[in-house]
Amino acid sequence: MKTIVKLVAALGLASLALPSAAAIAIFACEPEWGALAQELAGDKASVYSATTALQDVHRVEARPSLIARVRSADLLVCTGAELEIGWLPLLLTQSANTRIQPGSTGYLEASQFVPKLDIPKVVDRALGDVHPSGNPHIHLDPRNVARVADALAERLVQLDPGNADAYKARANSFRERWRAATSRWEKEAARLKGVPVVVYHKDMSYFINWAGMREAGSLEPKPGLPATPSHLAELVEKMKREPAKAVIYSAYNSPRAAEFLSERAKIPSVMLPYTVGGTDKAKDLFGLFDDMIGRLLAAVK
Amino acid sequence: MYRKGVTALAVSAALGLPYPAGAQMPIQTGTPRGESAFNPGISLILNGTYANLSQDPTGFKINGFVPTLGEVGPPNRGLSLGESELTFSGSIDPYFRGTAIVALTPENEAEIEEAYVQTLGLSYGFIAKAGRFFSGVGYLNEIHAHAWDFTDAPLANKVFLGGQLGDDGIQLKWVAPTPFYLDIGVEASRGLHFTSGPDGGRNKNGTGSGVFFTHVGGDLGTSTAWQAGLSYLSTSALDRSYDDTDSAGALVTNSFSGKSRLWAVSGVLKWAPNRNPTYTNFKLQGEYFRRRENGDLTFDTAAATAGGTQTGGYSSTQSGLYLQGVHQFLPQWRVGYRYDRLDAGTTAIGLVDSGTLTAADFPILAAYNPTRNTVMVDWSGSEFSRVRLQFAQDKSRADVTDKQVFLQYIMSLGAHGGHKF
Repeated sequence: MKTIVKLVAALGLASLALPSAAAIAIFACEPEWGALAQELAGDKASVYSATTALQDVHRVEARPSLIARVRSADLLVCTGAELEIGWLPLLLTQSANTRIQPGSTGYLEASQFVPKLDIPKVVDRALGDVHPSGNPHIHLDPRNVARVADALAERLVQLDPGNADAYKARANSFRERWRAATSRWEKEAARLKGVPVVVYHKDMSYFINWAGMREAGSLEPKPGLPATPSHLAELVEKMKREPAKAVIYSAYNSPRAAEFLSERAKIPSVMLPYTVGGTDKAKDLFGLFDDMIGRLLAAVK
Repeated sequence: MYRKGVTALAVSAALGLPYPAGAQMPIQTGTPRGESAFNPGISLILNGTYANLSQDPTGFKINGFVPTLGEVGPPNRGLSLGESELTFSGSIDPYFRGTAIVALTPENEAEIEEAYVQTLGLSYGFIAKAGRFFSGVGYLNEIHAHAWDFTDAPLANKVFLGGQLGDDGIQLKWVAPTPFYLDIGVEASRGLHFTSGPDGGRNKNGTGSGVFFTHVGGDLGTSTAWQAGLSYLSTSALDRSYDDTDSAGALVTNSFSGKSRLWAVSGVLKWAPNRNPTYTNFKLQGEYFRRRENGDLTFDTAAATAGGTQTGGYSSTQSGLYLQGVHQFLPQWRVGYRYDRLDAGTTAIGLVDSGTLTAADFPILAAYNPTRNTVMVDWSGSEFSRVRLQFAQDKSRADVTDKQVFLQYIMSLGAHGGHKF
């Protein structure tokens, strides 16, 4: 009996041993949540981001190294709203980690804490890759980042009450800096109000909504489907009637379709970081919004 | 330290409090209500094939190897519907998850392809599974046919696993808490099909078949991910029968009883620039199987020939492999090539060695090394639809080459399935 207890204890210790028994292991599905977790947890956590700004989060392989990371995670911070539906469920079941299953404290779905845009009235795959719970690309509205930050800070305190004071202090500091930055961005982005842009995918909708810009078209004929020559020709025609100020795309998109439209319609094409790591300047969440706004202002001046 | 908090929260979770008191409440939008709110995820796979074969598929056999009796032959010539797969899956409660996959065959029959429950709440990285499921032996065996990169199974999977090995049993898998991926698993099952015995399994307590497997995997740089596996399938076959013709041309049924041990080594490597497979990606996959069998081979179990039923020793060592590469060169478009090769190896038949019968009485076991070359191109409208054109030169049968052309569609509707690595 004693040996069994010892064995179980040893196994338990082994599972705690990675990557460091002192820090919470946070697995972020997207770089924006990885960056937020880093802001809020500091050295109290080791943060791993499952994807980079160069990946399309809709299409990610549930590769072995991700399963291994989830296996040892104490907290998962993901977007939800079916964004990771192709890979996260596999990671959850194959990792055999009870701490981070949906419904447990170690599972945080950011999209649950924000009001969502584009909630479809009709859900039909004939409409392309529609998300029944609404547009999942929620992080490009700074107010949403603040909402998720509050939820995440609270979750960190619950998971690691011993360091509650440190988390609260970091959360307060972040909140203050974010509030100041947000009001600065609001002033800077005032010049973007009403500006029509063509998007690649509906992944910029929250930014467009926050900045009061207007979506004048999409390079994808339907969400998730690649641009076709006939659709691009239609867009060129449309630009003649009601020109947009720019065509924008994300770091993970191929620039070809955007450049095609840019040349034909004589409007600038702008690559935007979309998330942390998408450009050199988008080193963290602050840099992300600085660069998003900066690049747009430079293009539509 | 924080473990204590985790325990307290785990308790509150177990009591059905998803968010501990005082936690930030999520905003609820569009949550389904009423009875249907707890419906399992349902998906349906539809597929169909046009096949143009230079050889008659009803006479299909793989020379040099004991016939497996499974669905290993090519599809019918001409237009035919494939199996329609209906999948139900969902959480049962906080402890279990259930999955059922029913194949509706073109012959208007329903077959339970998989129906299993698996644990959600075991600690320390353990997952237990019970029911009918595709065995974890090899790599491709666990993957459903609609997710294969070619229309049909590799020859090695056909001769060693009867196409695809599914069995009634239990599986225990442990995922190691290592920085790279490592799992170890065991299965104990009934031995419902080839290679254990006649279809339906044996009338015997205990288990008829056992599997051990382990996988390791990780990343190479920022664009490549890999996984390698080693597995072992051991079974004591009982009255595993197959049909052949003897030297006089009479149809006979022979049967094998004895030990069958199969080793499988598998590897998968996937490349996508910066892990973004949207525009271009490449997948390299291969498996090697080696099987040793020894026991008794009974000739003519029905005593249809003059000599009647006779039994002698039997032993064989056989191997096979396939290697395939699939390249997505444009969004939606992929091309692929697969090479198949089997080695009939050495087979010793006691009745032949003793001079009682001749090798010509066991024509299908005569040494022959089948090969096949396959190329395919497919187009995927979205991740839910795929149309494929495939050409193959199949030398499964000694002396003849079957030139095969397949045009196939595979579509799925309903719940979004995951993309297994």
